[in-house]
Amino acid sequence: MSKTGPRPEAEAAEPGTAAESIPGRSAPADRGAAARVRRRLTTGTASLVALVIAVVWTLPTAGLFISSFRPAEQIRTTGWWTFFGSPEVTLDNYRDVLFGSANDGRLASHFVNSFVITLPSTVFVLGIAALAAYALAWIDFRGRDWVFLGIFALQIVPLQMSLVPLLRFFSQGVSIGEVQLLPAWELTGAMAFTNVWVAHTIFGLPLGIFLMHNFISQLPKSLFEAARVDGAGHGTIFRKVALPLIAPALVSLGIFQFLWVWNDLLVALIFAGGDTATAPLTVRLAELAGTRGEAWHRLTAGAFVSIIVPLLVFFLLQRYFVRGLLAGSVKG
Amino acid sequence: MEFSFLNELPKLVWMLIGIVVFLGVIGLMLVLLDAPRSKRDRWQAVFFLGPAVLLLLGGLVYPVIRTTVLSFYDRSGDTFVGLANYLWMFQRPEILQVLLNTLLWVLFAPVLATAVGLLYAVLIDRSRFESLAKSLVFMPMAISFVGASIIWRFVYAYRPADQEQYGLLNQIVVWFGGEPQLWLLNQPLNTFLLILVLIWVQAGFAMVVMSAAIKAIPTETVEAARIDGAGPWQLFSRITLPSVWPTLLVVLITISVQTLKVFDIVRTMTGGNYGTSVIANEMYSQAFSQGQLGQGSALAVFLFVLVIPLVVLQIRRNRKARELA
Repeated sequence: MSKTGPRPEAEAAEPGTAAESIPGRSAPADRGAAARVRRRLTTGTASLVALVIAVVWTLPTAGLFISSFRPAEQIRTTGWWTFFGSPEVTLDNYRDVLFGSANDGRLASHFVNSFVITLPSTVFVLGIAALAAYALAWIDFRGRDWVFLGIFALQIVPLQMSLVPLLRFFSQGVSIGEVQLLPAWELTGAMAFTNVWVAHTIFGLPLGIFLMHNFISQLPKSLFEAARVDGAGHGTIFRKVALPLIAPALVSLGIFQFLWVWNDLLVALIFAGGDTATAPLTVRLAELAGTRGEAWHRLTAGAFVSIIVPLLVFFLLQRYFVRGLLAGSVKG
Repeated sequence: MEFSFLNELPKLVWMLIGIVVFLGVIGLMLVLLDAPRSKRDRWQAVFFLGPAVLLLLGGLVYPVIRTTVLSFYDRSGDTFVGLANYLWMFQRPEILQVLLNTLLWVLFAPVLATAVGLLYAVLIDRSRFESLAKSLVFMPMAISFVGASIIWRFVYAYRPADQEQYGLLNQIVVWFGGEPQLWLLNQPLNTFLLILVLIWVQAGFAMVVMSAAIKAIPTETVEAARIDGAGPWQLFSRITLPSVWPTLLVVLITISVQTLKVFDIVRTMTGGNYGTSVIANEMYSQAFSQGQLGQGSALAVFLFVLVIPLVVLQIRRNRKARELA
């Protein structure tokens, strides 16, 4: 039995995909067997338990979603479940929280900030990780295994370990004694986003390189050897041979990095600052939740403004998301 | 100041510049790299690995060393204080509470999230609505911890008994004739209510991975067991569980590592007040809110030390799994 155990992750990527059609659909013979198994396993209690879990997992989000469309007065006085008795729908909450006064949150600006932080951070990690993974897999040089091991080990460093020194680096530059080696960055305005990009890129790299390496090192060796024999350099091989083949892995890692950066609070709190110019949605929402925790009409709509992009990514690209999850079993 | 798109334009322009410059430099280098026909592998490797190595050395390796050093210094980072920051950690009752809370998180969140995920995966396996059922439980994975915290704060919301409740949990309590509770102020219950949020988010991950493991069990094995007359429970305990055990451990360890670092939930739900703080949150408030760099660093180092054995375990399991496969 134990022999079958370790394999699932690598092997079952396809049937495990949630977006996939129901297994057994395609083969009629299988379908009969599956139906029999189902009859045996699906007792009344089992279905009931599954239903309860599904409801508990869905209801909190549904409740918040319904609330976000109710008039503020009603949110404050009655539960969202009374909505079905007297349905009344408004977009005021969304209008207020997106475009209203600074007190209301003015999330529209923060929404833009989230994008401006997330897109480059994702592209940078994909680019640098793909290059590094290629080198670790297909370029021969001394100490290669050691470099790989080192990068792999860095996955375990908690963000908390590097916050203080990294912040100092941005604000004071690098100096040994009296000698200033690198100046402080002192970026202002829109350019202040650069700090956050760099921080997110650094924190995303160890896992990114690891995942890309898993994938790129499994490509057939003959491809690369043939290209070398034809006289192609690594630059050409990377562009023409490797890049097209690793596109699916790039999508998978891209989704992860995108969701991770979009949903991040800690890195943004420290490297993006708290003002409207640079703070992403998560920072502003956490602030709203802290200072006016009872202003539910803002919080409900605000939460959905921040959730909508990840949910879209999730539902549209679920397949790749799951594939990446099963391949790398997630950030450490 | 009204929201206007013009104000946002510089950000978007800077973003585009960033992306275009990045891709441009890489593309150009890739082309230039092959121009001189001296294809020394070592020099090419420098280009391919250079950016990653530089960023990691400056952004992770050096900071780890620096933070470790800082943890032996006082709040300003000037005076060497030896182990004082570590002693402080184990002597102050409020920090001991933080350590205890972290222990509670690590004991309960991974086990319960994995248990729910496995149970659900088994129950819906090959059912008619499997993909829908999976999506429902998996969905919280995509939501930020901040969003999840707001969702659950709404569930836990409190109104005095004479008013109508809008928090679902208190309404249920009232329906059953109970008194509404201030859930998030109620120690130590509040820590468990916070843990529930993490379970809610992570169960989907456990479910998807476990479901894949379950589907990899050969059909013949299941059939054979059924022909031998195994009931659902026997099927689960004798076939399913032993087959997915290695995967189960990987999931447990992965969620444990996540749990140790959990910060957003505590911060958004209670701000670490009412005895709910954990190491990851305390580190932030010591180092960044209170300017206690030494003590914050000591907490970060302690967190690091806690994570290491879990990850070593994980690596070992991974390697074993690969050898067996």
